[in-house]
Amino acid sequence: MTDSKYFTTTKKGEIFELKAELNSDKKEKKKEAVKKVIASMTVGKDVSALFPDVVNCMQTDNLELKKLVYLYLMNYAKSQPDMAIMAVNTFVKDCEDPNPLIRALAVRTMGCIRVDKITEYLCEPLRKCLKDEDPYVRKTAAVCVAKLHDINAQLVEDQGFLDTLKDLISDSNPMVVANAVAALSEIAESHPSSNLLDLNPQSINKLLTALNECTEWGQIFILDCLANYTPKDDREAQSICERVTPRLSHANSAVVLSAVKVLMKFMEMLSKDLDYYGTLLKKLAPPLVTLLSAEPELQYVALRNINLIVQKRPEILKHEMKVFFVKYNDPIYVKLEKLDIMIRLASQANIAQVLAELKEYATEVDVDFVRKAVRAIGRCAIKVEQSAERCVSTLLDLIQTKVNYVVQEAIVVIKDIFRKYPNKYESVIATLCENLDSLDEPEARAAMIWIVGEYAERIDNADELLESFLEGFHDESTQVQLQLLTAIVKLFLKKPTETQELVQQVLSLATQDSDNPDLRDRGYIYWRLLSTDPVAAKEVVLAEKPLISEETDLIEPTLLDELICYIGTLASVYHKPPSAFVEGGRGVVHKSLPPRTASNESVESPETAPAGAPSNEQPDVIPTQGDLLGDLLNLDLGPPVSGPPLATSSVQMGAVDLLGGGLDSLIGGPNFVAPPAAAVPANLGAPMGSGLSDLFDLTSGVGTLSGSYVAPKAVWLPAMKAKGLEISGTFTRQVGSISMDLQLTNKALQVMTDFAIQFNRNSFGLAPAAPLQVHAPLSPNQSVEISLPLNTVGSVMKMEPLNNLQVAVKNNIDVFYFSTLYPLHILFVEDGKMDRQMFLATWKDIPNENEAQFQIRDCPLNAAVPEVSSARSVPTRVPGL
Amino acid sequence: MSEVVSFKLSVRQSTGHSNCGVLTAFSAASASVRRGPGAESLTGPGLGKMIHSLFLINCSGDIFLEKHWKSVVSQSVCDYFFEAQEKAADVENVPPVISTPHHYLISIYRDKLFFVSVIQTEVPPLFVIEFLHRVADTFQDYFGECSEAAIKDNVVIVYELLEEMLDNGFPLATESNILKELIKPPTILRSVVNSITGSSNVGDTLPTGQLSNIPWRRAGVKYTNNEAYFDVVEEIDAIIDKSGSTVFAEIQGVIDACIKLSGMPDLSLSFMNPRLLDDVSFHPCIRFKRWESERVLSFIPPDGNFRLISYRVSSQNLVAIPVYVKHSISFKENSSCGRFDVTIGPKQNMGKTIEGVTVTVHMPKVVLNMNLTPTQGSYTFDPVTKVLTWDVGKITPQKLPSLKGLVNLQSGAPKPEENPSLNIQFKIQQLAISGLKVNRLDMYGEKYKPFKGVKYVTKAGKFQVRT
Repeated sequence: MTDSKYFTTTKKGEIFELKAELNSDKKEKKKEAVKKVIASMTVGKDVSALFPDVVNCMQTDNLELKKLVYLYLMNYAKSQPDMAIMAVNTFVKDCEDPNPLIRALAVRTMGCIRVDKITEYLCEPLRKCLKDEDPYVRKTAAVCVAKLHDINAQLVEDQGFLDTLKDLISDSNPMVVANAVAALSEIAESHPSSNLLDLNPQSINKLLTALNECTEWGQIFILDCLANYTPKDDREAQSICERVTPRLSHANSAVVLSAVKVLMKFMEMLSKDLDYYGTLLKKLAPPLVTLLSAEPELQYVALRNINLIVQKRPEILKHEMKVFFVKYNDPIYVKLEKLDIMIRLASQANIAQVLAELKEYATEVDVDFVRKAVRAIGRCAIKVEQSAERCVSTLLDLIQTKVNYVVQEAIVVIKDIFRKYPNKYESVIATLCENLDSLDEPEARAAMIWIVGEYAERIDNADELLESFLEGFHDESTQVQLQLLTAIVKLFLKKPTETQELVQQVLSLATQDSDNPDLRDRGYIYWRLLSTDPVAAKEVVLAEKPLISEETDLIEPTLLDELICYIGTLASVYHKPPSAFVEGGRGVVHKSLPPRTASNESVESPETAPAGAPSNEQPDVIPTQGDLLGDLLNLDLGPPVSGPPLATSSVQMGAVDLLGGGLDSLIGGPNFVAPPAAAVPANLGAPMGSGLSDLFDLTSGVGTLSGSYVAPKAVWLPAMKAKGLEISGTFTRQVGSISMDLQLTNKALQVMTDFAIQFNRNSFGLAPAAPLQVHAPLSPNQSVEISLPLNTVGSVMKMEPLNNLQVAVKNNIDVFYFSTLYPLHILFVEDGKMDRQMFLATWKDIPNENEAQFQIRDCPLNAAVPEVSSARSVPTRVPGL
Repeated sequence: MSEVVSFKLSVRQSTGHSNCGVLTAFSAASASVRRGPGAESLTGPGLGKMIHSLFLINCSGDIFLEKHWKSVVSQSVCDYFFEAQEKAADVENVPPVISTPHHYLISIYRDKLFFVSVIQTEVPPLFVIEFLHRVADTFQDYFGECSEAAIKDNVVIVYELLEEMLDNGFPLATESNILKELIKPPTILRSVVNSITGSSNVGDTLPTGQLSNIPWRRAGVKYTNNEAYFDVVEEIDAIIDKSGSTVFAEIQGVIDACIKLSGMPDLSLSFMNPRLLDDVSFHPCIRFKRWESERVLSFIPPDGNFRLISYRVSSQNLVAIPVYVKHSISFKENSSCGRFDVTIGPKQNMGKTIEGVTVTVHMPKVVLNMNLTPTQGSYTFDPVTKVLTWDVGKITPQKLPSLKGLVNLQSGAPKPEENPSLNIQFKIQQLAISGLKVNRLDMYGEKYKPFKGVKYVTKAGKFQVRT
């Protein structure tokens, strides 16, 4: 007899029948009925209608029946909150049961019932269970605190459960410790400021001791928690590393990867000359390799992480190339990842092996994989110069196979090889040209055309070849059209006599018959260049091209460092910082690698140099490439939020928080002076008899200024980080309008055009009010001053620090990111006037707990600053409301 | 709904004023950004660690079991999974991590079933994958197989197990020893007895191991015959190139133990050549310090079957390859046939017999049929999947097994570019190919004399020969 019988139904209405059975007098029948209900639940049938009947079965001494009813309750309590209350008494009673199993079961189930009303009944039993004599109950109760916190955080704080939970970290039973750590980390995650997991050398020591004894899952929680700690010096870092290394031999791969994260992070603090540093490097390789012999799903996650590790510390796996060789029956997602890592590890020492493998892969069946393999060969050529020749000949072999997609991929990568090693491999052009007809993908066609144009002087029939493409000009994709236009112009400049007709033909095709503005513009530019100054045209069109970089797809170093802190998490799988895809919440907590300290400098406290903290002087270059772009362009998971109403209230929020938290640090910055006019309200007439009236009685020295303080321009984006574009700027406020004054300087060797600017969502919804207007192309060593008007109706997201602004600037070369801090006064209105009634009403609306009192002594009354004896708040207005 | 919305709400609550920004000493402002309960917006913190829900899906795409640890998530979330599955074409190629607008789906594929978990927060994916595999292992352990039929037949036990294994995202009990005390595995006898007497299969006392510092072992174990058996199983993963030289080879080894010893035995297992083991993963019962200092495996074992260690002997050391393959597979240009000739023979087999040999070849798509003659064993060719399987059996060095014959190709189709790889399976009893040898097993803490035994076996893992 099996459980499948529970799935059979009669025609008479299943629910009706079950109801009758649940209310049966016979115990056995009841149990069978509950089992049927559970069986329906497992296949997603809605059996919530039976709620009261199932709850009635709860009071029983049969543990199995009790468990089944509890299972049911957890599923449906949320949809039936009033009914759920019916169960409370039984829960409370069960929490007193002599059997620890039942006590634990009751407190655990109660926590799973996410109904607000039930929580007040939960507190007392939970408090008892947290101090239960039985560790099984204690460890269950620890988790329950996290559940309760999720439902009602305030309650948990008020009831002092957090302190009890902290005490459990010192529990004698390691499983209790592990669960307490897990619960605390989950709670801490939801409010990062709370400093719940007060990590200090003592508590770290406790955690490390518990690490050796608790279950594998507990070890993961503890290791993840350790990873958030910053040791005070390299000695402490080393001693923690020593105690974590044995975890690398754990059978559970999640434990291994969490240990790797701790080690990778703390290694940052160790000096490279240290013997221990080398030992640690050696110890890291085997466990990483072992992960690759696990199930394919585990392999995939491991490979994504290894990809990061290899970029950060290539030395760890440099001798392990072979384990990344692809087996033909690996799942495709594993194959592609392995290939990526193979290229990263490719070096002069192993290039022969790698190439032999890649060539093998290029004959496999899976098209995506084959394409990537062919591309990989090209990347090897670019990365390892000594191998270029061999790579080229391998690619030629592949072209000989005449397999269509292989040929096309090969041609695309050969173009890159030509760019990296100009004038070296032109002999292969003849072979390439043979395949001209088989190219049907735009990228391959464009690459081929580029090659023909670039080497037009060495290809006798270049004109014929290009002419053949010209026939179907309008059916080509834009990429090919643009390339063809340029190639023919190149050809003309090289062999003017024979190709005049051709060039005229392409120019007229591009300018007169095309709807594509890019193509038309380019056509006109060439046309005018050619007609006005052929010499200049030659200089422009045949200019020497900048070299292409050796590594492709490298993750930007700051992002990489952040991702290293997230090894083993989803962020590491997606290679994006959590803020880029976890909406809100964690977005504000940026993790960063600890700074390297030597023991002799250990007097310095680690807080003095937090690696990722933005500083006022040096604007940070925003870490991410394309990933953050999504964020910048508001391509979030949720629907885009914008519009004044939302912005309004959030702006307030920002102001409130900001001025409570960091007023001093923000306004008291070194080169920033808060304008007096903005912060103090103007005179409002008749004095009042209380201390409050003083606030309104400021007659002198307060006027409405037409403009406010303007900080000198600072360099926001240094040229070396932005391929030659230097941006410096400042913020100003002039008669109610905010603007961002920018100076763009071109320090590169090429002309910059197509400027555009975009802001990331920020605390006050700052956004450009008009597009960035750079009228003329910016030629090398030229600067241009622009004033960009801003408004505050953009999307809002709280930033850390509050006045942080992340900016993306685009030009014809690339997209660059930087962040800067804007002075708060640009947000304040010049006229701080506020009606008295309104002020008082506002005053009352602020809860009393937000009141701070302080005295200002020895303050001469004749100065512009008033004596404030009891200040609840200084009201001001935030503009843009 | 997004973060901004709750942002707004909390501002309303804290100032109660929507018209004017107010300067105040407001210390708890950042705390009020916290998301209120019941917010439907996902991926925020604190909404349930780890696995929110689990769906079991069979190969034909039916969801046949769902379990929710928090609130109920609609089955429709699986549509994203089905979409990915469709794109992947082959079931094995479905990516293990899929992102959807509000959730992440992390899945494993085991025994023709998909275990799809729904995740709402940033969690370690390995944690989830390991856990899912553990769930599958537990089903296998309880029901003898991890199949749709077995799960459906025991759906109540499955539900009880899942509930026992995970609480609010924290794995609770995943050790088979403990689970079996909490929930007894079904046996034919028990289900008959249960149905007659009305007793249940849920244990009503707390498992003893849960509390102790050795959570993997239950107390009060008693056997009349005390036995300890170890299986040293090594698998060779290798890629051999056309010319027969080794591109890559390594040994994946495990020592599985079957321990039936009364009381609290404390065991020490030592090896003749422990230096071979430089890359090892241990069962939690092993005392790491003793291994580090003395290279001895010292442990109090769980009761029953478990994996003591797994290890890898890396490609840096020379790995012996016990078989060689001579092959010639050729397709003629512009003709609808080709030749196939494969011979397999022993090499570096340390004088042991190679048995259980199977050769599997995925032939190119243009192959219509194969007409072969084996000198030994039998072969099948599936014209749909294009898989050739040759069941060879034992290799006798005197007469090497071979498989020869003609390949019929689709006429007119171009000759296949790719040459198929040969996948080879074999088994060698009484040999650990790495040379690993157990020296002795000592038992402390108990007085009786146990039976002891060690078995060695070497198998082919992912062993492929390129042609």
